[in-house]
Amino acid sequence: MRADESALVGALRAGDERAFMQLVREHSPGMRRLALTYVRTPAVADEVVQESWVGVLRGIDRFEGRSSLKTWIYRIVANVARTRAVREARSVPFSTLAGDDADASVDPSEFLADGRWATPVEPWQQVLDTEARAVIDAAVAALPEQQRRVIELRDVQGWPSDEVCNVLELTETNQRVLLHRARSKVRAALDDYLGDHR
Amino acid sequence: MIALRRQRKLVCRELVELVTDYLDGTLSRRDRARFEAHIAACTNCTQYVEQFRETIRLTGALRESDVSPEAAEALLAEFADWKRDRA
Repeated sequence: MRADESALVGALRAGDERAFMQLVREHSPGMRRLALTYVRTPAVADEVVQESWVGVLRGIDRFEGRSSLKTWIYRIVANVARTRAVREARSVPFSTLAGDDADASVDPSEFLADGRWATPVEPWQQVLDTEARAVIDAAVAALPEQQRRVIELRDVQGWPSDEVCNVLELTETNQRVLLHRARSKVRAALDDYLGDHR
Repeated sequence: MIALRRQRKLVCRELVELVTDYLDGTLSRRDRARFEAHIAACTNCTQYVEQFRETIRLTGALRESDVSPEAAEALLAEFADWKRDRA
């Protein structure tokens, strides 16, 4: 176990409320966003987060530090959310891997027959982050579930790929394929919004 | 992610499929060289890669940091229960 985590885990096991709330504030927003890729409503996502923290407390004595504490916590979130999604009778397509969504990264009509760009790729106009946010939010929400989970963890939350693979139980290759599809679609949505060729 | 034939240069339509592998550093040395040789000579793909980086940067701005007071209160109560049960 990493030294900083070892101290935190020790404090939790000793019943230190401040250590717990520090962890809650650090991770709950991201846990909630991940939960929303499994369940339908923000209210249910809040319940998943709550239930996950209870699971963290109940399981903390068994945490051995084989993965980071964060990864361990998010695996609990994914499990709780998956169970909840099944109960919600929402389909959870574990088969949403690379194969069933074979869109090209860029609309094929944007290329000439020889594979070169048909029209110049123009720089985007400057945009406020808040303005882009709405476009990206909508584009991410429209992604297939597994793509959405991967882009959430990699790009929204900035995780390294090995931790994403651990939590979502993906191979490195599948993870990268899903991420690339997701990013390509978000880029296309931004391009529709920001590009000169609107 | 895509098997590239060895001798031929990359075309733009192929390059756009490789950007995440390129940014993650998972292209083979040879494919990386082909990728870089292409963007060095292609302003459109240079611009495309720039848009891709900008997309990643902007997506990172979706990150949130607030926990609602209600959620915090509920978790404090859960924590108190858990602590009592352990004692």
